[in-house]
Amino acid sequence: MTPLLEAVDLHRHYAVRTGRNPFSAKALLRAVDGVSFRIQPGRTLGLVGESGCGKSTTGKLALGLIPPSAGEIRCESEPMPAAGTAAWRTLRRRLQMVYQDPLGALDRRLPIGEQIAEPLVIHEQAKPAERRERALSVMEAVGLQRHLLTRYPHELSGGQRQRVVLARALITEPRLLVCDEPISALDVSIQAQVVNLLLDLQERLDIAYLFISHDLRVVRQVSHEVAVMYLGRIVERGEAENVLAEPAHPYTRALVSAIPTVGSKRERILLGGDPPSPANVPPGCSFHTRCPFATAQCRSEIPTLQPLADGRDVACHRVHETPLRLVA
Amino acid sequence: MRTPLVAIEGLTVDFGHGPQSSRAVDGITLEIAAGEALGVVGESGSGKSVTWLAALGLLPAKAQIRGSVRLDGRELIGAPQRHLEAVRGKRIAMIFQDPSSCLNPVHRIGWQLGEALRLHRGLDRRAADAEALRLLDQVGIADARRRLGDYPHQLSGGLNQRVMIAMALAGQPDLLIADEPTTALDATIQAQILDLLRSVRRDTGMAMVLISHDLGVVAENVDRVAVMYAGRLVEEAPGAALFSRPCHPYTQGLLAALPELAGGRRRLVAIPGTVPEPGSVPTGCRFAPRCPVADSGCATEAPPIQAFDRQHRSICHRRIDPGFSVWTLPKAAE
Repeated sequence: MTPLLEAVDLHRHYAVRTGRNPFSAKALLRAVDGVSFRIQPGRTLGLVGESGCGKSTTGKLALGLIPPSAGEIRCESEPMPAAGTAAWRTLRRRLQMVYQDPLGALDRRLPIGEQIAEPLVIHEQAKPAERRERALSVMEAVGLQRHLLTRYPHELSGGQRQRVVLARALITEPRLLVCDEPISALDVSIQAQVVNLLLDLQERLDIAYLFISHDLRVVRQVSHEVAVMYLGRIVERGEAENVLAEPAHPYTRALVSAIPTVGSKRERILLGGDPPSPANVPPGCSFHTRCPFATAQCRSEIPTLQPLADGRDVACHRVHETPLRLVA
Repeated sequence: MRTPLVAIEGLTVDFGHGPQSSRAVDGITLEIAAGEALGVVGESGSGKSVTWLAALGLLPAKAQIRGSVRLDGRELIGAPQRHLEAVRGKRIAMIFQDPSSCLNPVHRIGWQLGEALRLHRGLDRRAADAEALRLLDQVGIADARRRLGDYPHQLSGGLNQRVMIAMALAGQPDLLIADEPTTALDATIQAQILDLLRSVRRDTGMAMVLISHDLGVVAENVDRVAVMYAGRLVEEAPGAALFSRPCHPYTQGLLAALPELAGGRRRLVAIPGTVPEPGSVPTGCRFAPRCPVADSGCATEAPPIQAFDRQHRSICHRRIDPGFSVWTLPKAAE
């Protein structure tokens, strides 16, 4: 099957100053450093990792919002046109973005009905008379009542605002939504509502999601596949059920074990220290500075993604030695 | 029974006057024994933080506070500033969600720790320096001597939170109030900080109030849990009982809404509706509009306390058997 979206060896580097002096040497910040993935129509890829691992940059690269330093994005086998061109704008109708902070993503001075219909204006899609109807129908799809059409963002609750942002993204009938931490700013009981909504919409409209989040529990509920990022690289990817139930990479194991749970006590792998800066990535496996299993090889050679028997890919030199199953 | 370390009774906090006033905390009664770890769970606007800010006299003057908060039997509400200053930081310390905004950006870590030590312990400079080193060591900061000369912006979020914990420990408090101490931190750093709080409590025997919206964080780190909703306490129980046999529909809903890591991709049980706005809370039970088992009585009358055993109480009209969930049938999408 042709993937809806395919990322091939994406890189995104930034030149940053190493010191506060404007003449100090420049270093290369490798925000995204060789990331490849595929998203099939109607499926969800969860992208997880801690702050600074490059997951949001990957999301922007996927939509062509920023150009990659190397590598490419293909949409239905066609290379992504350059940002700003007419071809890109046509494509963007079908690839939409949902941001974390719904209040920041909405215009405070416009009633939400106008904001939801705005993509139609930008893409010159429906006739003006039709736009209101289209707005009302997506509002219904995301569970917003009709009378909210003329309200302003500050009059809505956090969960309703996130629904508005979703409705606005859905009005152009996209094939793919890139959701960057779409529920992190919401209360627990509202999070569940939005997660359910995303699942329902996928089922009804056959949308694919690139779901970016630091919350593994939520990623588990929405994703068919997950990719775990550390310092700009994917360290493990595969079926969500396999990867999160029996993580293979030491970093994924630590992430999974760090999730506080109600009920069953599990063994916890405590990682020492903080993640290194992406401007100063350690040589070899970038995780070796915090990895309890690191050897001399890990400190010098960069591991590549290798397939395991259950179909997942893991970038770890020692993955075949360390037993896959965590002893509880 | 021993006198509790802190006893809160009928605490009510109003912001503003007259018809515009809104009640952030409505009649909270809670006790904490010495050395105990209490978890306080609630969504935004539940009053979980305001309760403790009010207890320590840290709210702005426009807040009207009624009720009583006693520390070792001595009243804190309306107490003279001098008395409160002897309590804050010394007997009861507090750490917050965002450590970098709680530290002074223009002073070195060592200076800030030293200030706390001079103030609360009356140490001279040399003794304060030595003690600051010991504290940084206690909170697991490597290379402590060099770190004392660093500014907060030179440290990561996790290290700054460790510094905040070190400062809180400077006064050798009997109670640490940790208000969402790990919410701003990454998952692996959160695990480090929670582990640190556990080991510090083991070493010092200090009591802790852990305020969090994350039931998982609370479940693993406390002895007893209080659940708050819209300014009121809705359920209070020992941790094990609350998580295995919750009685209040809201607690049950929160637990049911938690995604699990095991099992397949699935819909979550979602509590419909939203938390009421502070200005327009329902009369009667505040959870009634979102509750699947509410009847007409729930909407109009304040709910009574249902005691399930000595330590487990739920403030609800309906007596729901422990362990029987009112949320078992996932409702259709709203």
